[in-house]
Order: sequence, then structure tokens, then C-alpha cells
Amino acid sequence: MADTIATNADHHEEHPTGWVRWVYSTNHKDIGTLYLIFAVFAGLVGGFFSFLMRWELAEPGVQVLTALTGDNADAAYHLFNVLVTAHGLIMVFFMVMPAMIGGFGNWFVPIMIGAPDMAFPRMNNVSFWLLPPAFMLLFLSMFVEGPAGFNGVGGGWTMYAPLSTKGAPGPAVDLAILSLHVAGASSILGAVNFITTIFNMRAPGMTLHKMPLFAWAVLITAFLLLLSLPVLAGAITMLLTDRNFGTAFFDPAGGGDPILFQHLFWFFGHPEVYILILPGFGIVSHIISTFSRKPIFGYLGMVYAMVAIGFIGFIVWAHHMYTVGLDVDVKAYFVAATMVIAVPTGVKIFSWIATMWGGSIRFTTPMLFSIGFIALFTIGGVTGVVLSNAGADQAMHDTYYVVAHFHYVLSLGAVFAIFAGFYYWIGKMSGRQYPELWGKIHFWVMFIGVNLIFFPQHFLGLQGMPRRYVDYPDQYEYYNYISSVGALITLLSVVIFMFVVWRTLRAGEKCPDNPWGEGATTLEWTLSSPPPFHQFNDLPRIK
Amino acid sequence: MAGAVNHDYHLLEPSRWPFVGSVSAFIMALGAVFWMHDTPFMNFVFFAGFAGVLYTFYGWWSDVVMEAERGDHTPTVQIGLRYGMILFIASEVMFFVAWFWAYFDAALAPKAQEMGEWMMNGPAGAGYGVWPPEGIETFDPWHIPFVNTLILLLSGTTVTWAHHALLEGDRDGLKKGLWLTVILGATFSGFQVFEYAVAPFGFAGSIYSASFYMATGFHGFHVFVGTLFLLVCLIRAYKGHFTTEQHFGFEAAAWYWHFVDVVWLFLFVSIYWWGQ
Repeated sequence: MADTIATNADHHEEHPTGWVRWVYSTNHKDIGTLYLIFAVFAGLVGGFFSFLMRWELAEPGVQVLTALTGDNADAAYHLFNVLVTAHGLIMVFFMVMPAMIGGFGNWFVPIMIGAPDMAFPRMNNVSFWLLPPAFMLLFLSMFVEGPAGFNGVGGGWTMYAPLSTKGAPGPAVDLAILSLHVAGASSILGAVNFITTIFNMRAPGMTLHKMPLFAWAVLITAFLLLLSLPVLAGAITMLLTDRNFGTAFFDPAGGGDPILFQHLFWFFGHPEVYILILPGFGIVSHIISTFSRKPIFGYLGMVYAMVAIGFIGFIVWAHHMYTVGLDVDVKAYFVAATMVIAVPTGVKIFSWIATMWGGSIRFTTPMLFSIGFIALFTIGGVTGVVLSNAGADQAMHDTYYVVAHFHYVLSLGAVFAIFAGFYYWIGKMSGRQYPELWGKIHFWVMFIGVNLIFFPQHFLGLQGMPRRYVDYPDQYEYYNYISSVGALITLLSVVIFMFVVWRTLRAGEKCPDNPWGEGATTLEWTLSSPPPFHQFNDLPRIK
Repeated sequence: MAGAVNHDYHLLEPSRWPFVGSVSAFIMALGAVFWMHDTPFMNFVFFAGFAGVLYTFYGWWSDVVMEAERGDHTPTVQIGLRYGMILFIASEVMFFVAWFWAYFDAALAPKAQEMGEWMMNGPAGAGYGVWPPEGIETFDPWHIPFVNTLILLLSGTTVTWAHHALLEGDRDGLKKGLWLTVILGATFSGFQVFEYAVAPFGFAGSIYSASFYMATGFHGFHVFVGTLFLLVCLIRAYKGHFTTEQHFGFEAAAWYWHFVDVVWLFLFVSIYWWGQ
């Protein structure tokens, strides 16, 4: 670009160092790194909670959590609900979103579009720094009173009224609400930043239809965040005033309606699940293309499939509410609309397979995670179509079938995509390449572990085992035991992953600019590993 | 060294404001929660955090103004700022969607207020009530609410006057237009406070008052913020800020003001008029 502003150039002769570099950062790569570290930490906490739950559910009866509550059975029951709630909120708001959008999005969206940084670098930093306070508020809520006599929020991540209003008068729920307000503000500011960056800072020649799929994925995700999170903010503000100031939004005694909360929540909540998975679609597209050494099949179809998924994601929310007494015509609409989403999703699945078709495939660790993603996400997608039937859902609502479904799309979908992205980009981000053998061991142990956890849960659900209970009848013992063994194996895979991280950063081989060869075509592979503090002082020109 | 910077984007030095603001937000949230539960001294904690948040706003936006005056906001950066403001307003629109949703959920299918019947028959089986609910005496839309509508519409024209004056280099017109807009905004808020003070229904206990006060209350808060935003522009006008070519801060305030205006029109038509 023509003009150079003198003031601009002067400030960047020296790079910040020490704590100022991180705490006061205005650098998209440093902020991305902070996000990734935060996501790993939150993931360990959330994962620990889920391991506690699986440990408790390994056998019928309540034996593990009672050890934590001094043999107080009622407190142990409530603790289980608190763990369910915290696990959900942590994994959604403090692990997957920070890793995908904050971490990889921050790191690679500016680089992929040929920009030197984000549009609003300072606001970028507040998006990150609002997360630790939000996490602390949520964490604190576990240690103050929720329902009378018990600590913590046990109403689930959906926080339905009246369980979250009259059912839990203590300050724990208010802490959780404020936690979501703060985390939501962080995400809305982040969304504004990403959309502005992508619209305003693409390198000369990079039209939207030439933009890499990960940048497209983050762009669409940002729009979903921007338009859905404020509705959640409104809903939880209503919860707050119902709880503390006597309003009657969700209180039938004053003419209010508890179902209203569910509508508002799921108007946010359904786009939210696409927020969690769309960046993963982008990551996987890059990796499949790189390691098949072919351009992605049907690029424009991939782009507009994501646009369609994002759009339809806003008009299917009540399929989470089939059992609340909706009119049958309303249910018919939501069934049809929900099933339509399978079409663009199918476009993506088949395009990934077509990309691999005839390619020169290398089964590196990121490729293994990506292929694992496609297989497992497809399973989760298919059970999603099953659940979209309002009739079938009458029986399966709130059973382990639903738990299995959304863990296949998220825990085995989104999380696999995060690991794929980690292995794909860690050499670029740190300058050190991961150990391939250990990466593959991590993949296989995790693949076996998570499938062992969640596949039997389909059977449990179909047999009628309800979710969110600390105990179950003896008939469910067999599959629960297998599921918990899977959790143990997954725990081992987490240990292996931490070892891989340590090995990589400690003794990883130096990573060249482009470790993946000619299949890796996006701009990050044209830079050094790690990239300079500010890349693209001369903007790249795209043919 | 990386060498010369050959692009028009705005790279920033490290800034303390994001961190200071986040710590303050944490203190404010913590104080708010425990103040609501009557824990002693938590009101002070809340106000300490609140003061920190205000300090952050002041310091952060002072930096932005300083950078704008210094010339960091190239035409490219200004386009980015425009996107940012439009997107922020879009998210605000969705925030108000939640409150209108709550209102229409109650107003289009009012529930009978006998809790027993609702509990026995579920929402679908419960008898339908009336809107506004029995016992609620609503405002006459053609008194204060209509006056307020005219005030806001007029303020929309005065802010446009200020804008055109600015574009034509008429600094005097800019100040006059802004003065009038700020005064009209403050008058609107005054009428709104008066209306709340004389309202025949309270805040708690009814879906009508809940949706009325929270929707109009959040709008009123946005009017207050918009008025402050315009006031800052007025002060900046006196300081000689803004040129005929570069005055995004003013434009953002004007856009925000129009947004607040439009929300009011929806509130007036649906809550005060249709819902009377």
C-alpha cells in the first residue's frame, strides 16, 4: 500500500518483552497463544470433572462422590449435578471456543488473509482477558450456596427456569450468570474483531471467493456469535432479575412463562453448537487438502455449505424442546428444518472424501485426527438426524442417546479438530515439530478411549437410561462399566498429549517454513516458523 | 529488523486497558452478586469495580481519541472502525430482540394468571388471559410516550444538522446541533424518569411490568449512553477535534443515536400503543 504513516513505523522498532508482552499484548499471535494455554488449562479442569462423573458411574450405587462429601449422600447427588453443569459450561465456553476461535482463529486468520494483525488489536486482548475472570466466577460458584443447603449450580448448562430461579436461591447461580455475561461480552467483541478483520484486511487480490476455508469458517462463526450471544445475554439477565428483583419473566404466578427461557436459550444454544463445530470444519478442510496433496474438492460448495449451516442454524432451535408441549404443527416445522441441515453437512462430508479420492495421502497425526473427525462426526450427525424426529425424540429426549449424539459431534468432532489443528500448526506456532510416533500413539489411544466411552451410551439411551443422574438401576451396569473403562483410556491419552506438548516444546526438531510440502498452500507456510513478531510489513499479493 | 511498514493498518503498542478493565469487571461482577445477596460491604466492592470499569472506558477511549488526532486512523482503518460500530449495533439489536421476544411471548398469548390452573393443565391447556393483564392500568400512549417519540425524532434531525454542519466546515452549527441533541436526549430521559415515578404499576410480580420496565429501561440506559457519547463529541468539537474529512467518532455517535431512536419507535408502537 502506498502511504506509510510515520507514527506507525516509529512504534514498532522494539518489541515488548517480559510480562508486558503478554498481559498488555496487542499482538494476534501472542494473544492466540494465551488463548491456547487457557483452553488447555480449562480443558484439563473440565476433563477432570467428566472423569469424576465416569468414575462415579462405573458401578451402580453412589460410592465415589460420597467420599468427597463426607458420606453425605444428598450432597453427593447434588455434587454430581454440579459436575455435569460445570463440565458443560467449561468445555463449551472455556475450552472449545477459546481454542478454536481465540487460539487458532487469532493465530491464523490474519496470516491466512495476508494481514499484519487483527483489526482491533487492543480489543483483541480484552476478549482474552475477560475469560479468566469469567472462568473464576464460574469456578467460585461451585463453592458457594446454590440450592438451600448445597453448594454450586446443579441445573445443567442450560440453566432452565424454575430450577435456576426458585430452585436455587443461593448466589451460586448468580455467579454463573455473571460468568456467562463476561464470557459473552468477550466473544461478542471477538466476533466484531474477526468480521472486521476479514472484511477489511484481506491482502490485495484475495477476494472472498479466494479466501482459505478456515477464514471463511471463522467469519461465519463470528456472525453466529454476534447475533446469538446477545439473546443469551438478554435471557440470563431475565433470570437475574427474576431471581433478585422479583420480575416474573419465567414465573407463571405473575403471568410469565418458563418455556420462554427455553426459547431464548436455544435461540442462542443452537447457533452455539455450530459455533463450536464450524471452525473445526475449516481446520479439517485444510488438513485433508494438505495431506491428500490436492486442492479441496468443491471449494465454493464448501463455503456456501457453511453459510447455509450457519443460516439454518438460527431457525431450528425448538428441536431441543420437543417435550415441552409445543403445538404439533410447530414440531413438524422444526423437524423439517432440522433435517435440511443434513444436506449442506453432507456436502461437506462428501467433499472431504472426494478431496482424498485419488490423492497422494500421508497419514500424519493431523491427518489421522481429521479422518477420525470425519468418521466420528458423521456418526454424530446421523444420530442427530434420528433425534430431529419429534416422535422419536419423545422417547430419547434427555437419555444417554442424546449424550452420545452430542459428544460424537463435539467431543469426538470438535475436539478431534482441535487436536488436528494443534498437530498441524504446532511446528508453525512454536518453531518445533511434534514427535510423529508419539502423536500417532496419542491419536490411537484417544480414538479407542473416546469411542469406548460414547458408543455404548447409544445403547444405554435406547434402553432408557436418563442423563444427569448420579446413579442407575443394575440393568445399565454393563455398558456403563465399558464407558468408564473408556474414560480411563482417554485419561491416559491426555497424559500422552501432555507428554507430547512437553517433548515438542522441550526437544522438538526445528520446524522448517513449510514442513508439509506442496500440499500446504495457505500463507502461513510462506512465513518462518515461528513467524516474525509482525508479519507482512509488505502485504502479499494474491494472484 | 522487519524494516519499513508498507501498509495502512493500525498496529498498536501494548496497552494496559484490556487487563485493567477485565480485573475491574471481575471485581464488579463479584460485588454485584454478593451485594444482591446482602453480603456486608459488597456494595463497596461493586462500586470499586464499577469505578475501575469507568476508568478503563475513559483511559481506553482517551487513547483512541489521541491516536485519531495523531493520524493513526488512516482511511483503511476508518473503514474498519465503521465495520466495528455497525457490527456492535447489530449485536445490540439482537439484545433488544430478546426483550421484545419476552414481551410478545406474553402479549400475543397471555396466560391466565391463576398459577394453579397453569400447573394443572400445562401452558397449552391453561386458560388464556387478556393483555394487558387484569389489574394493569397502562399509560396513555398519546401523552408522555408520544411527546417522547417526537423528542427523539426531533433529536434525530438535530444530530443530522450537526453532521451536515460538520461536513461543510460550519463549526458553530456543529456545536449548536450537538447541544440541541444532547438537551433533547436529556429531556427524553427526564420524561422517562417522571413516567416511571408516576407509573400505576410496580416493578415486581407481573409479566407486564417485567417486560415493560426491562425493555424501556434498557432503552433508557442506551439513551443515557448515547447522550454521553454525543456529549463527548460536543466536548471534542469545542477542543477543535473532527475535520470535514475525518470525524468517525461523531458518525459513530450519530449512528448509535439513530439506533436508539429506532428501538424507541418499536417500543412505542408495540408496547405503548398496540399493547395499551
